[in-house]
Amino acid sequence: MTAHVTSPQFKQNATKALADDQLQKAMSNVRQGFIDKRAAVAAKLPEFEALRDSARDIKNHALQNLDLYLERWEEKVTAAGGQVHWARTADEACGAVLDICRRVGAKTVTKGKSMISEEIALNAALETAGITPVETDLGEYIIQLRGELPSHIIAPAVHLNATQVESDFRRVHTHLDPQRDLSQPVQLLTEARGVLRDKFLSADVGITGANFLIAETGTSVIVTNEGNGDLTQILPRIHIVIASIEKVVPTLEDVSQILRVLARSATGQEMSVYTTFSTGPRRPGDPDGPEEYHVIVLDNGRSAMLGTAFQDMLRCIRCGACMNHCPVYHAVGGHAYGWVYPGPMGAVLSPSLIGVDKAGHLPNASTFCGRCESVCPVRIPLPKMMRHWREREFERHLSPATVRSGIAFWGFFAKRPALYRLATRAAMGALAWFGRRKGAFKSLPLAGCWTQYRDFPAPQGGTFQAQWKAKRGGR
Amino acid sequence: MATVLLDTQSAKTRPVRPRVALFVTCLVDLMRPSIGFAAVKLLEDAGCVVEVPSQTCCGQPAFNSGDRATATAIAARTIDAFAGYDYVVAPSGSCAGMIKAHYPELFAGDPNLARKADALAQRTWELTSFLVDVMGVTAVAAKVEATATYHDSCSGLRELGVKRQPRQLLASVEGLTLTEMNENEVCCGFGGTFSVKYGEISDSIVGKKTGNVAASGAHMLLAGDLGCLMNMAGKLSREGKAVEVRHVAEVLAGMTDEPPIGVARQPAA
Repeated sequence: MTAHVTSPQFKQNATKALADDQLQKAMSNVRQGFIDKRAAVAAKLPEFEALRDSARDIKNHALQNLDLYLERWEEKVTAAGGQVHWARTADEACGAVLDICRRVGAKTVTKGKSMISEEIALNAALETAGITPVETDLGEYIIQLRGELPSHIIAPAVHLNATQVESDFRRVHTHLDPQRDLSQPVQLLTEARGVLRDKFLSADVGITGANFLIAETGTSVIVTNEGNGDLTQILPRIHIVIASIEKVVPTLEDVSQILRVLARSATGQEMSVYTTFSTGPRRPGDPDGPEEYHVIVLDNGRSAMLGTAFQDMLRCIRCGACMNHCPVYHAVGGHAYGWVYPGPMGAVLSPSLIGVDKAGHLPNASTFCGRCESVCPVRIPLPKMMRHWREREFERHLSPATVRSGIAFWGFFAKRPALYRLATRAAMGALAWFGRRKGAFKSLPLAGCWTQYRDFPAPQGGTFQAQWKAKRGGR
Repeated sequence: MATVLLDTQSAKTRPVRPRVALFVTCLVDLMRPSIGFAAVKLLEDAGCVVEVPSQTCCGQPAFNSGDRATATAIAARTIDAFAGYDYVVAPSGSCAGMIKAHYPELFAGDPNLARKADALAQRTWELTSFLVDVMGVTAVAAKVEATATYHDSCSGLRELGVKRQPRQLLASVEGLTLTEMNENEVCCGFGGTFSVKYGEISDSIVGKKTGNVAASGAHMLLAGDLGCLMNMAGKLSREGKAVEVRHVAEVLAGMTDEPPIGVARQPAA
């Protein structure tokens, strides 16, 4: 099982998103909120650029020796009393979680924020098995109430406003006074905290994601701002971590380095409010902690990216800076991308995980402005990799016929300068003549995709090369 | 950044009167030759000998559409046509970026052509960056009465580090006041074929841009790439916003007799 895919309908999704005034307003907050904060905090740290290099190098080294570090990490987890479960697919990962939940007779599980959980559609699997999953990250909790996918990898409910959340809370929290005041965001927060507090205490299993797995110590690391992750993993009897293979890094020192770019790139914080290291279950004498500690390690197509043009994508530390800085993401929001991972990182990762035949629009729907790469804390060449996907599509004849024939037509002339000069001079002469009175076209045959939205400036008439030849002779 | 290193090296080793090949770009060649002539004037004023080899396109539309074979064929032609000059200069960060950043990548597997692609890449410059960083130009002799705002086109900005060079030169234009708009480093939504493949999204992005242009109070919009300029001019024209849109070279060369982009020579009766 995997999360529902609407990526093939990207264009329809985008049309809907562009017409959604509330969404457009919410997206303008993303534009203003994240960007300035990141810029300010990066400017305050002189070694920020050097740290980005270092983070890139650490991840590259880990990926080049992934088998070694994963085995080392497993040994350490086992030595600490934890259990590692390898999952090749989403189904295997869900199955491993369900096996543990069934064995311990779990009725309710609390969950910290996990994109892997979204990727494998774990909540649906749990519900089918009669187990109630409760998301405890505020944003995840809200979208769970609404039955939606996250629209951002670190701010899952960024597409919503407070009024929408209020109406969801009134719809779902029917045990509370219908006359209560929820007009202030802090009142929504307090209500969610109250509701979730009971769930934390009654849950049988707590499931979290992992930002890192540390080979040196067998530790999993999560960074959060709400503290819900800690309550999720400490209070229930069983703690299950779900993570993907590329999360492993060699040492504690490596994690410390990467943490210095993670929160800065993500939210513009120097550090997240909570950074939690978990190593194995509760030991004799420990004041708290779970009785069992499990890690489900998911592949789901990632190992097939190793050694290919897409290996660099596995460096991603899920900060969300690429989407925060992406003009296309700002325009259409995360849901338009049609699967779990939106924005530039999704445009590269999604085709790898669900197939370019389904996700082909995503790497195409980019202006290649390069702003994503310019802020990526691990310097992933995102535009270059989107272009790789376009090349794969072109090779497999998946790109639209209009694009293929347009490029073929243009390429024919671009490869033949003499013919090009002849044809363009005639074409531009005609176009200039038709546009001479207005200076721009409101509509133009074959250019409807342009003139539907913008005027098309008329050419001045005569090509530069022809005029140059006339003025300066052959040179 | 690497570009800064290259700058000083090139400035030290450059000939007194370098032979410069103008890569005019297909858009300027076809749509607005006056930008090409403005570039020639600026280069000649800076002491260069300018030539225009027979040329078509840098191949970027094919490259970005995933058609590597066509892109490679066009690039190979361009490499041949532009061999032997001291420098190659384009009035475009996008096309210069294609040659400088992506030609070496296209031929990485071909030892013979890779060498030629690298050599061309090292000699290729965006116009304003070439004038300032290589030729050491600090001022131009132009007079244009205008309040202008400058859009930083993406490839020039992020692939080539073009940011201060056009501003430094614009500051020397008599009568010109530069007023920065909000989000001047944000894409205008053009993106080559993106603008027609995803016209609706492109429209939303350029709409934000024209909003920022209008809010800046400038009545002239400048940039260093004709593709972006046509996109922004087309949107401003559709919105009925009376902003004069020009390539930065036209203003720096003082060649503003031609009507701005999207405006007729003789207004409709």
